[in-house]
Amino acid sequence: MLAGIRTKDLRKVYSGSPPLGAGGGFGPRRKSKDQPSRQIVALDGLSLEIEPGEIFGLLGPNGAGKSTTVGILTTRVRPTGGQAEIGDFDVWAQQVAVKRIIGVVAQRPNLDFSLTAREILLFHGAYFGMDSRTRAARASELLERFKLTDRGEQLVAGFSGGMMQRLSIARAMMHDPQVLFLDEPSAGLDPQTRLLLWEIIREYNASGKTILLTTHNMEEADALCQRLAIIDHGRMIALDTPTKLKASVPGGFLLRLRFSAYSDELLGRLKALNGVREVRVQEDGEMKEEKAVDVYADRGGSLVSEIAMLAELSDVHISEPSLENLFLHHTGRSLRE
Amino acid sequence: MNWKTFWALFARDMRVARRNLVPTLLQTFLQPIMFVFIFGRVMVSSGFMAASYKSLLLPGIMALSMIFTGVWAVAMPLIGEFQFTHEIEDRLLAPIQNDWLAIEKVIFGSMQAVLAGLAVIPAAWLLLRPGVELSLSSPLVFVGVTLLVALLSASGGLTLGCSISQTQIGLMFSMVLTPMIFFGCAYYPWSALSNFPILQKIVLVNPLVYASEGLRGTLVPQFPHLPILVVFIGLVVFDSLLLTIGLRQFRRKAVS
Repeated sequence: MLAGIRTKDLRKVYSGSPPLGAGGGFGPRRKSKDQPSRQIVALDGLSLEIEPGEIFGLLGPNGAGKSTTVGILTTRVRPTGGQAEIGDFDVWAQQVAVKRIIGVVAQRPNLDFSLTAREILLFHGAYFGMDSRTRAARASELLERFKLTDRGEQLVAGFSGGMMQRLSIARAMMHDPQVLFLDEPSAGLDPQTRLLLWEIIREYNASGKTILLTTHNMEEADALCQRLAIIDHGRMIALDTPTKLKASVPGGFLLRLRFSAYSDELLGRLKALNGVREVRVQEDGEMKEEKAVDVYADRGGSLVSEIAMLAELSDVHISEPSLENLFLHHTGRSLRE
Repeated sequence: MNWKTFWALFARDMRVARRNLVPTLLQTFLQPIMFVFIFGRVMVSSGFMAASYKSLLLPGIMALSMIFTGVWAVAMPLIGEFQFTHEIEDRLLAPIQNDWLAIEKVIFGSMQAVLAGLAVIPAAWLLLRPGVELSLSSPLVFVGVTLLVALLSASGGLTLGCSISQTQIGLMFSMVLTPMIFFGCAYYPWSALSNFPILQKIVLVNPLVYASEGLRGTLVPQFPHLPILVVFIGLVVFDSLLLTIGLRQFRRKAVS
């Protein structure tokens, strides 16, 4: 059975602080004036349609609502409003049926510290009603695949972060779920393990499984996802393939400039330069003489010499076409902030 | 209801309990054994306590051990797994309604409490003999009381484990368990409070009173004790109350 994911107008308002799993990034900026204090809007009408067999990415900064979305879709967070469905099941109304077809890797390690690595897989299989022979074979196969065979009989308390993360992913795949949720799967992994993980995710997807992953790593989103939703403040900002999303930034290149002397006339002359698509002044309340100016253009380095002829530059930063630029373009904030 | 999953959850707890067998045994038995030794043996043999105190003490110690074991077996893992290690998340994602995970914990804790209670009898008897006069006149009533006390302890553990945070464990002991123990009629019969009529009424909100008095009534009926019917009513009321509150608190923790 192939299963996709649908959400419609999904809303989540936490009264009190949100659970740790839903990101630590909720700041006071979330409190708008018309809400009673301590109410935090984590999701503000999110509608998604994820096709069966797709690798779909949710990209956004901390506190954007990524983990809350995953929490709702995995029965761990009660939605305040809207609908969430996986396959033919309503997530909130048919929890057991949904739990049967999903596998979840949470953002923080949540391994069973009282068990060995192999036991964690075996018991997980048992929770899902797998018979003992299938369980044993599948556990050995996964330990091997995730390069944990030599640690199989050890309690996980002594595992490194990377090992725990690998085991968490192995556990989520243990019962061969139709839909796999990965909440920031490569956070804290070394580059080599990250590549192994990407390979495993692609392989799992190749067998027809749907994968929803959240990340604030643009490289990862770019490398893995067939489609991406960029979310911020619990709302969708953009949704498309990574390539198309990158192409949607005017020009593609982003030059962040600082001038020692700044004037409106300078802005006009910047706009007139060949290849410049858009010029924006950062409203960050600094001294007027030293404002940051974002220039979106279809070329990078070669523009700098021309800009330097117009006024004295105090700082230049050039970004090649990337999702980061896209995010900046839509929100005026960096993904890493 | 999904029995395979339920049994797997139970098997997981069994595995963990087996792994922690020695510390669990020490935790369960060290305190009651010391208590039995000092009060039942040292104080009695030196003449500060009457010899009959041995028999009076034993059911109280049994009730205490059961309550402690059940509360500890359910509350401690829950506090840690919900708040610190998040270990419980994997089981909350098992294909079974979340309530069944709580019920599994309660059944498992009750089982441990029964084992602890049954083990205290021979241990204390060996330590105290001669002079312990147990008379198990109605075994069925004894079984009934024991099971209700076990359920009481595990339901209490569920309620406490899902209501307090890790930083409040010390407070749980000093504010909840210690007063419960001292005003729980474990070391004296309820009738001994007759000189303090107000206190005697107040302690009736302490579920341990019904546990101690119930076991006293079934193991050493020669001593004064609450009528068995009152004991049953008390235990059933507190069992249902704590189980209901515990499940509600569990649901709150399980879903945000």
